[in-house]
Amino acid sequence: MDGHDRGVKVVARGLRDAGFHVIYTGLWQTPEAVIRTVADEDADFLGISILSGAHLTIVPRLMELLKAQGLDNVGVFVGGIIPEADVPKLMAMGVVRVFGPGTSIQEAVDFLRPFAQSAVTQA
Amino acid sequence: MSTAYASNLAQEKYQQELAKSPDRPQPPTTVSGVPIEPLYTPEHLAACGFDPDQDLGYPGQFPYTRGVHATMHRGRLWTMRQFAGFGTAAQTNQRFKFLLEKGQTGLSTAFDLPTLMGLDSDDPRSLGEVGRLGVAVSSLNDMERLYRDINLEDVSVSMTINAPAIIVMAYYLANAQDNGFDLRKLRGTIQNDILKEFHAQNEFVYPPEPSVKLVVDVIEFCAKHVPQWNPVSVSGYHIREAGSTAVQELAFTLADGFHYVEESLKRGMEVDEFAGRLSFFFNAHNDVFEEIAKYRAARVLWAERLRNDFGASKEASWKLRFHAQTAGCSLQDKQPYVNLIRVAYQAMAAVLGGCQSLHTNSMDETLALPSEFAVTLALRTQQVLAFETGVTNTVDPLGGSYFVESFTHKMKEEARRYFEQIEEIGGVIRGIENGFFRREIADASYAYQQDVDAKRKLIVGVNAFQEKEEKPLEILQIEEAVEKEQVASLRKIKTERSAADVERHLGAVKRAAEKNENLMPQLIEAARARVTVGEAVNALAEVYGRYTVGGTW
Repeated sequence: MDGHDRGVKVVARGLRDAGFHVIYTGLWQTPEAVIRTVADEDADFLGISILSGAHLTIVPRLMELLKAQGLDNVGVFVGGIIPEADVPKLMAMGVVRVFGPGTSIQEAVDFLRPFAQSAVTQA
Repeated sequence: MSTAYASNLAQEKYQQELAKSPDRPQPPTTVSGVPIEPLYTPEHLAACGFDPDQDLGYPGQFPYTRGVHATMHRGRLWTMRQFAGFGTAAQTNQRFKFLLEKGQTGLSTAFDLPTLMGLDSDDPRSLGEVGRLGVAVSSLNDMERLYRDINLEDVSVSMTINAPAIIVMAYYLANAQDNGFDLRKLRGTIQNDILKEFHAQNEFVYPPEPSVKLVVDVIEFCAKHVPQWNPVSVSGYHIREAGSTAVQELAFTLADGFHYVEESLKRGMEVDEFAGRLSFFFNAHNDVFEEIAKYRAARVLWAERLRNDFGASKEASWKLRFHAQTAGCSLQDKQPYVNLIRVAYQAMAAVLGGCQSLHTNSMDETLALPSEFAVTLALRTQQVLAFETGVTNTVDPLGGSYFVESFTHKMKEEARRYFEQIEEIGGVIRGIENGFFRREIADASYAYQQDVDAKRKLIVGVNAFQEKEEKPLEILQIEEAVEKEQVASLRKIKTERSAADVERHLGAVKRAAEKNENLMPQLIEAARARVTVGEAVNALAEVYGRYTVGGTW
C-alpha cells in the first residue's frame, strides 16, 4: 500500500523502451493479486516498488505466495526507500536485487538484460 | 517603447564575447527543462509588455505579484511548520510538544497510509503500515490523544488528509468542542484537496464528482461555523513530486482551485463567503528563480480569475496564500548530508517567493522518517534564513529583475495555455477521467529521468561527485509494537461502544449522503458515538461507489 508511483512508472517505461514486455499492475494491489498477474502473464521477473517502509512485511508474504504457487523461478527485485540494513534481510528472503533511490534506468536494464524478456512491475 | 540596452558598441562586444565562449556541456535549462538565456535585459521586459504599475503594483495590493501583505516577512515571519506524525497518537503528541518547545509556531499532522486511505488500523489491508508514515487515527479516541494538552485556540494546526478529510475534520471539531474550545477561534488547515490525488498522489476512494462534493461540504461548513479555518489546501506539491514541471504544478493546482470555487458557487454560496479561506500548497524545488517566478505568477493568476471572472469583491478572496515544502523528490540517499544544502536553497526560494508558511525537509527523509536530530537541523535552517541571512529585510527583493519578471510573465502565459487546454477537454473532472493530467505528469517525469541518466542534469553525489565510502546516518526506527498497541486499543473501543448507536449514526450519514445534504453535522455526531474512519468511509462508499484507475504510464 503506497501512493508513490513516480519511480515505478519511470522504470516500467524505461524497460519497455529497452524492449522488454512490461506489465504494470497499478497501485494498491494485494500480494495475492500481484502473484495472480505473475502467473497469468508467465512473467520471468517481478519488480516491487515500496516507499512506505513496509517491505519487511510485504516481501516475505510475496515470496511465500510465489513458492506456494510453484513460481520460485520468478526473479524478484525491489526498488524504493529501503534502508541499507534491510538489504541483506531481503536478499536472504530470496530477492535477487534491491535498487535504491538514484538508480538509473540503464542500471535496471543492464541487470535484467542477461536474463529475461518479460517482467511484471508493481507499486 | 523598446529602448536600446546600452550602446550598440557595447552590445556588439558582448555578442562577440558570447560567441567565443560556448556553454558548458550541460545545457542551461531549469530543473523543469525550460531553456534560459545567457542574459536578461530591459529589452526582455519591453518584449513582454512589462508595466511596473500594472504587473507589480505594491505588495498587499492587486495583483499581489510582490506578496499578499504590505510588509510581508518584515512585518511578520512565515509560520515555521514542520510536518510530523508517526506511531500512535500519544507518540505524535510527544513530538508535537517537542517541536513547540523548540520554537515551532504551528503544528502539522501526518497520518499513516491506512488512515489516508480510510482504513481502520485493524483492517487486514493495514497490516505492516499502521503508524509507519504518520499517525494512526481510527476513532475520536485517537484524535483526543493526538492533541491532548495542546491549546487549540493558540496553535494553528494543519492536517494532511484528503479522501477521508471530512471524517477526520469531524473528529477534530468534536474533540475541540468537547475540550471547551470555541470553533470560531480554531485556526488551521485541512488539506482536503482530492483533485490532486487523482492527478498524482493516488489516495482517493470515491469517484471524482462525489469526492469533490465532500470537499465542498467542508468548505461550506467551515465558512459558517469555523471561519478562521482553511478548509482546503489546494496542492501542487504532490503533482510536482510525481514528476511534473513547475508550470504543470502551477497550472494544474490553480485549475483545481478554480474548480472548487465553481462547485462552491453551484452550492449557492457567495464567492466572498469562502474564497478568502482557500489556501495553497506548493513545492519548493531546486531551481531558485523558476520557483520564485512560479509563486509570483500563482498570486497574479488567482487574483485575476477571482476578481475578473468570479466577481469576488473582498481583497481576501483575491489573495493567494500558500504553504511551501521543500522538494522531497530532490533529496538523495547518497551523501545525505548534502540534502541540508539543497533544502536551504529551496527554502530560500520559498521565502523570496513570499510564502506564508514553510516546511523544510530533513536530510534523512529518503532513508526513513526524520530523526529528532535531522528535524531540528531542518527547523534551524528556517531560523537561520529568518534571522541571519537578511532575506526578510525588504519585500520582494527580486521585483523588477529583468530575469525574474520575464520568467514570471512566461509562467503566467504558459499556465494560461494549460487553462485553455483543460477547458477544451471539458474541465478538470473530464481531464481526470481521460487521463490527461496523469499523462502530462508521467511524460515530464520520464523526460527528467532521461536527462539525469544522460548526465544532461547533474545531481551531486548521484551522477557526479560520488564518494566511494559513505558514512551512514542514524535513522529513526519505528517500533513494531506500535501496530499491535494501536490495533488492541481500537478493538477495545469497538467492544466498549454501543453497537446500536453506531448503526444508527451510520444510517443517518448514509441518508444524508443520499439526500445530498452537507454531511459534517451528522459526522460530528457519529464521531462522538465512536464510529471509526473505516466504518464511515465504507458507509459513504455504499452511496458513492469506489473509483480505480488503471496503471497509466
